[in-house]
Amino acid sequence: MRLVLIGLVAGFFSALFGVGGGIVIVPLLLLFCGWEARSATATSLAAIGITAVSGVIAYAIHGDVNVGYAALVGLPAAGSVGFATALQQRLHTRTVELLFAGFVFAVAVWLFVK
Amino acid sequence: MTYVLAIALGLVAGMLAGMLGVGGGLLFVPTLIVLGLNEHEAIGTSLLAIIPTVLVGTWRQSRYGNVRWRAAAALGVAAAITAQGGVALAESLHATTLRRLFAGLLVLVAAQIAWRARRSES
Repeated sequence: MRLVLIGLVAGFFSALFGVGGGIVIVPLLLLFCGWEARSATATSLAAIGITAVSGVIAYAIHGDVNVGYAALVGLPAAGSVGFATALQQRLHTRTVELLFAGFVFAVAVWLFVK
Repeated sequence: MTYVLAIALGLVAGMLAGMLGVGGGLLFVPTLIVLGLNEHEAIGTSLLAIIPTVLVGTWRQSRYGNVRWRAAAALGVAAAITAQGGVALAESLHATTLRRLFAGLLVLVAAQIAWRARRSES
């Protein structure tokens, strides 16, 4: 039941912002379901696949999906994600997480002032 | 040059997806805006770009036994339903409003990732 509620919230944000929903799903699984980080991130990825298909169909109806550009950024990411999951099994990710946090914040500032 | 940047940011997005369990869209949307798509196109296109990333990510994670399939189905199907509402709201918003909301979301995400990093430290 908690999972369904988390899904309902995540789906709305996912489609509104074009993000997978993992940013909603992962912390909620950690906080409210007491999952450990690896199951939470892995299960979140699987759930995002279903959500993204639903969102893509709706945006495609509005003519807002560009297949060429999706391939341009999506395919390199698909290449590096396998490498990253392998790394996650072995590595202490704290430093990487802090670097990402700084990078994401910088992107936010750019988008706001653009 | 722009294409090199797109591919580089795609690679970074994949790393983010694999290590932190987010679909990569956080970086796809700003990347696509840099490439010249408008905000709504960037968001719709980002959702499509996410799909290959999560397929590979899920496949790799399932080999490590980390995926709980029943839970993923419950989450995913519930999310697929409300996603329709999310698209409807996005389509009703002005591009600038949507971009600023997205920037706000990124600030929250940056804070959350930093918080998680601190938490895993203890």
